[in-house]
Amino acid sequence: MSAREEMLSAIRRANASATDTPVPRDYERRSPHSPSELLDLLTDRLVDYKATVVRVPLSELPTALADAVAPYSPVLVPPDQPWDLDATPDSPALGPHDLDGFAAVVTGCAVACAETGTIALDGGPAQGRRAITLVPDVHVCVVHGSQVVGSVPEMIAALTPTRPITFVSGPSATSDIELQRVEGVHGPRTLIVVLACEWQ
Amino acid sequence: MTDLGMPLLRAPRGVGHLRGDKSFPAAARDALADSQLRRNLGHATSTIRAKRATVVAERADWEQLRAAGSAIKAATMAHLDEHLERLEAEVTRRGGVVHWARDANEANEIVTRLVAATGSREVVKVKSMATQEIGLNEALEAAGVTAQETDLAELIVQLGGDLPSHILVPAIHRNRAEIREIFLREMPGVDPALTDEPRRLAMAARAYLRERFLRADVAISGANFGVADTGSLVVVESEGNGRMCLTLPRTLITVMGIEKVVPTWQDLEVFLQLLPRSSTGERMNPYTSVWTGVTPGDGPAEVHLVLLDNGRTATLADDVGRAALHCIKCSACLNVCPVYERTGGHAYGSVYPGPIGAVLSPQLTGVEDNASLPFASSLCGACFEACPVRIDIPSLLVRLRSQHVEARREASRVPSAEAVAMAAAAWTMSDPGRFAAAEKASRLGRVFGRRSGRLTTLPPPLSAWTAGRDAPRPPAETFREWWARERG
Repeated sequence: MSAREEMLSAIRRANASATDTPVPRDYERRSPHSPSELLDLLTDRLVDYKATVVRVPLSELPTALADAVAPYSPVLVPPDQPWDLDATPDSPALGPHDLDGFAAVVTGCAVACAETGTIALDGGPAQGRRAITLVPDVHVCVVHGSQVVGSVPEMIAALTPTRPITFVSGPSATSDIELQRVEGVHGPRTLIVVLACEWQ
Repeated sequence: MTDLGMPLLRAPRGVGHLRGDKSFPAAARDALADSQLRRNLGHATSTIRAKRATVVAERADWEQLRAAGSAIKAATMAHLDEHLERLEAEVTRRGGVVHWARDANEANEIVTRLVAATGSREVVKVKSMATQEIGLNEALEAAGVTAQETDLAELIVQLGGDLPSHILVPAIHRNRAEIREIFLREMPGVDPALTDEPRRLAMAARAYLRERFLRADVAISGANFGVADTGSLVVVESEGNGRMCLTLPRTLITVMGIEKVVPTWQDLEVFLQLLPRSSTGERMNPYTSVWTGVTPGDGPAEVHLVLLDNGRTATLADDVGRAALHCIKCSACLNVCPVYERTGGHAYGSVYPGPIGAVLSPQLTGVEDNASLPFASSLCGACFEACPVRIDIPSLLVRLRSQHVEARREASRVPSAEAVAMAAAAWTMSDPGRFAAAEKASRLGRVFGRRSGRLTTLPPPLSAWTAGRDAPRPPAETFREWWARERG
């Protein structure tokens, strides 16, 4: 018998008298907060993780982005960047060592969750492949107010699971030394979130 | 043997890290004598308990989330075969390759063969309990492949030639000064001016591993969740070493215990709330990666999934013990356990220490191979309170204790000292006259423990009891005598 058949038949024998369990889902599915409260909550959570948050009206996004990347050079952007930044567009030819040569990367995101301060990237518009938000030491991420949801269930529902997804909650960190959190290990040590919204 | 006469698939001896060299009481005695270890553990566990309590209190629906997590796991186990077949179909459909491994040896053979096929002699690893369990690093080393651990705590353990002592923070038994010494001694090219500031230590690990990530061709990971209805695999982490391994190399091999499957993508909305708050005491961990088969132009071009049994189907066959498979490896039960806090993880002899380890390890190996672990608990119930998926660990411990007693009775025609003592107690307590006589006789014990009020060392055969416990000094007057005097 193959390993597969042997394992599956062992499971079926073990489950011969197993009964079905109904799953109660009476936990909070939708956040009770208003849209502007969500922006405050997201900001609060991100700052708690030691991320930098810049909140601007949509019209000032280009200036805010230019200011955010000004200290860094060279800067990498996804090939479909919508911001007209003077930066290098990513291409498949760039290997890990090449990506390591960039000081910063600028991307958008798919959705953000206020209650946990989480930004989800899924390789969609203005996000590029996963490696570009990983290797450069500074990640500047543009989040639009309309992309912010309240709860984890709302964020999960907003994503397409078969896309490559990265959930980012602050800069890289570790709690491995005496269980104290230290920000900045292998991923970007600096996370700058530019939160752009028409209704600040 | 089951009723159909098919042998249970247990974790085999001679491979992996599920069995210790010593029994728990013997190993614990060594650990308790190490005051530095006890200080390190006391500091770390109290830090994490406070953080967890704060973020758990923040969620008014925490109990509803726990109930949902528990029910999802129980419902998944009841149809585990269907969910695994679905997971296999979805991963395969999206360009991944699925392998099945009955035990540690088979899993190690599969992974070693896959690495050999790439021609690479070096692999990077994301922290994974499953690969620790099966001793994959040793198997790769025997095949001439260097496995580089990349999680900071795993790196500390690997460089220190040490064993992990905690599920989440394998180097919890080390303090910052000890970690600095290990780095100075074992890390090639380390800055000799390295201080013991945690930030500086983390930066040293970053510098040491950077080039290894960038040049890596093969990575090996575990998985926190495998989503059956989409074929998506999920790794929850903090440092970004996981992202490096899951994203940069050409080949990715994931070893996942079969119990890690969840039926639907929606189920993650429960576990991604329960896990980070319970483990690191954060609202969300810094990074969570999700990949589904192969995505052209983004991440590894070759993706493998090894589904591991190694005693899990045998655990599933026990209608009470199977709840141990619900564990999401958060380690909250370790941090609240009064026994773990004092002995640390090494005393348990398995990669799964603490309360959950005491119920999981004996079931994976068969209870007689880890017979002392179900007794490594005071049954206080703190682990059940902390468990995000409501595993009733105390009940499982009691179940395993009784299985051990049964196994010993079946194995030997001579009754054990414990069985003799219990039979004597039953005979004494079933008759009021005998019980009164025994109470009076206990006054003989008053010659001991005069100063402390406790009996810490008794002569044989009573020494079997006092080797691990104190007994109170018997009172001058028994309750019955007091009652007769006052109310009689």
